[in-house]
Amino acid sequence: MTSAPRVPLGREIAGAAVRVFGQLSRLVRTTAFKLLAAYLAVFAVFAVSVIGYTAWHTRELIQNQVADDLDREVRYLADQYRVGGIQRLVYVIDRRSRRPGSSIYMLANFQGEVLAANVSDLSLGLLDAAGTRFTTYNRQDDGGASRSHVAFVQVFILPGGYRLLVGRDIEERDTLRDLVARPAQWAVVLIVVLGLAGGVFVTRRVLKRIDAMTATTETIMAGDLSGRLALTGTGDEFDRLAHSLNVMLERIEALMQGLKEVSDNIAHDLKTPLTRLRNRAEEALRTARGEEEWRAALETTIEESDGLIRTFNALLMIARAEAGQARDNMTDVDLADIAENVSELYDPLADEQGLDLTVTLEPVFVHGVRELLAQALSNLLDNAIKYGRPPEGERGRIEVSLKRDGGHAVLTVADSGPGISAADRERVVERFVRLEASRTRPGSGLGLSLVAAVARLHGGELSFADNAPGLVASLRLPAKVVRDGASATADLASRR
Amino acid sequence: MNANLDLDTLTAMRLLLVEDDRDAAEYLRKAFREAGHVVDHAADGEEGLALALADKYDVLVVDRMLPLRDGLSLVAELRGRGHATPVLILSALGQVDDRVQGLRAGGDDYLPKPYAFTELLARVEALARRGGPQATDTLYKVADLELDRLAHRVTRGGKEIPLQPREFRLLEYLMRHAGQVVTRTMLLENVWDYHFDPQTNVIDVHVSRLRSKVDKGFEVPLIHTVRGAGYMVRAGLA
Repeated sequence: MTSAPRVPLGREIAGAAVRVFGQLSRLVRTTAFKLLAAYLAVFAVFAVSVIGYTAWHTRELIQNQVADDLDREVRYLADQYRVGGIQRLVYVIDRRSRRPGSSIYMLANFQGEVLAANVSDLSLGLLDAAGTRFTTYNRQDDGGASRSHVAFVQVFILPGGYRLLVGRDIEERDTLRDLVARPAQWAVVLIVVLGLAGGVFVTRRVLKRIDAMTATTETIMAGDLSGRLALTGTGDEFDRLAHSLNVMLERIEALMQGLKEVSDNIAHDLKTPLTRLRNRAEEALRTARGEEEWRAALETTIEESDGLIRTFNALLMIARAEAGQARDNMTDVDLADIAENVSELYDPLADEQGLDLTVTLEPVFVHGVRELLAQALSNLLDNAIKYGRPPEGERGRIEVSLKRDGGHAVLTVADSGPGISAADRERVVERFVRLEASRTRPGSGLGLSLVAAVARLHGGELSFADNAPGLVASLRLPAKVVRDGASATADLASRR
Repeated sequence: MNANLDLDTLTAMRLLLVEDDRDAAEYLRKAFREAGHVVDHAADGEEGLALALADKYDVLVVDRMLPLRDGLSLVAELRGRGHATPVLILSALGQVDDRVQGLRAGGDDYLPKPYAFTELLARVEALARRGGPQATDTLYKVADLELDRLAHRVTRGGKEIPLQPREFRLLEYLMRHAGQVVTRTMLLENVWDYHFDPQTNVIDVHVSRLRSKVDKGFEVPLIHTVRGAGYMVRAGLA
């Protein structure tokens, strides 16, 4: 039972192994790691082939040198034999044998009797034929032990049937080769190990940032739209990506916020008249007597529902303008023409309300939707007439002007009414915002929101300024180049 | 034909209503009948096309979204076969581009839902052009009011009434549809060529100015306000 406590330990180890394996397999699946592994593989193959080629070439070089040396020595010994006969040859070999680091020598007669040699244990058959070959021989090392060595030998048959063998121990050659190859092999192993470690390190860093981004986006997806991705400030590709995502999130948050406000406002602005409608109808059912009262109740009902429809249409139009669908219907339109027509449409009404409407126009074309631009100006004029009304017995004024300002067309509607405070100017563009708390004056409260939506659709903007006294609403739109300046000017002249 | 007009010339119209919504169709049928017109009804696009091809109608009132064949395709097919019967397209889609599509397909008028029946009736009657002056007429005449389209001259009882160009066009449109109700949106569309819905009564002010020039000082008013609908030019009493 001594092994009993080891079981949980074993399990723990297994569990840790599974975890490590899980982490590793996740690491291995990442793009960064795969890229690194691919680079590593290519580099390793390249390194191995370079090292292999170098090793092989070194070996060849040494081999050739050994062969050359042997050849030279054999020729020298043959010369000695020719000059001094077999005695001289034996003498020379003996003398040479005693030199340190000498070659391997063996001289035998045609019967195979060894006349001179500095090695033993060479197989006899070796001497039968002339030529070069590899063989093994035993030699006493420094310690005295005999060890088998590899040698490269050349056998030469001298006149008279003598066989001369000269050889070189090539252990040295192999040692040299190993000297080159082994560190190279280690280098390759080291490269692979370091590369993998580096890969794991880099990948983990990348993974950490991606994981952080994923975690943030998950909380955002869970509903918290205010979350933003953290930036490191290095300006690297992750920062750029995070920045783009943050900008996108901001836009989405603004849209969602807008949507929420709109739905809240719709709920309010449609529910209120709907409730009123229903109450009136109920009241009529309960109390109305006689045709006159029925009729009055029904007429109010229709009026109320018309108001509802108008609000609804304005909402739809804003939504469409903001979705940008109307962009397909854009043409080059004469904004001066629109400004003139719409001003003319409103002139009698303004006059009746005690307002003098003046129009100053420069010829400007914009790329846009005529109906929407006319609607936008109409809303601005509606507003100016509604809120710019002068006190009883006085005359107020409304000035419509269209100017060209560089690449922009600036359409302004200025009134001389009470105006609005600087703080409220931003708010008026928001949907449904009406500055007076009571909703006694007619209007859906969507007029300026629609103008702002039309401005955005055309790549422009709506802004407000103080007219001291009064309000100036400016619609700034990108202008088109007037293709025929002369005729436009003539046109303007005729207008005045 | 003389454009001098009295109400009896405005005879009953034969209408074809192509609308798949049973309730809406029933309501419209009843309302048109009460206005003195004859209405045939088709519940889908194919039936509507078959009826329109087989019979002679004064005006077709076609819903845009229909089963089997949608309203635009019905109108296009009809026009392709050379039928010129005026068509009014009804649609829940009311935006500028939808209207343009409707008119491009061959529709003569386009009315977004929801609409007031008085608006629909006025537009249908305007399309039928029964008893009114023809497009080729150069002189419109209602009682002692005369409008010369070529000379751009308006006289009442032989005395010239000076009008602004826009006032002239306004009166011209009203007189072309003398005896018929003309709504504010019809005026905005036909006189100013805009299709939006002004929040205020801009049109009323224009008409009252015109009225002060045309009717002031005369015993019989010719420009009448039709309550809850619009305006009408006619010789008889309101």
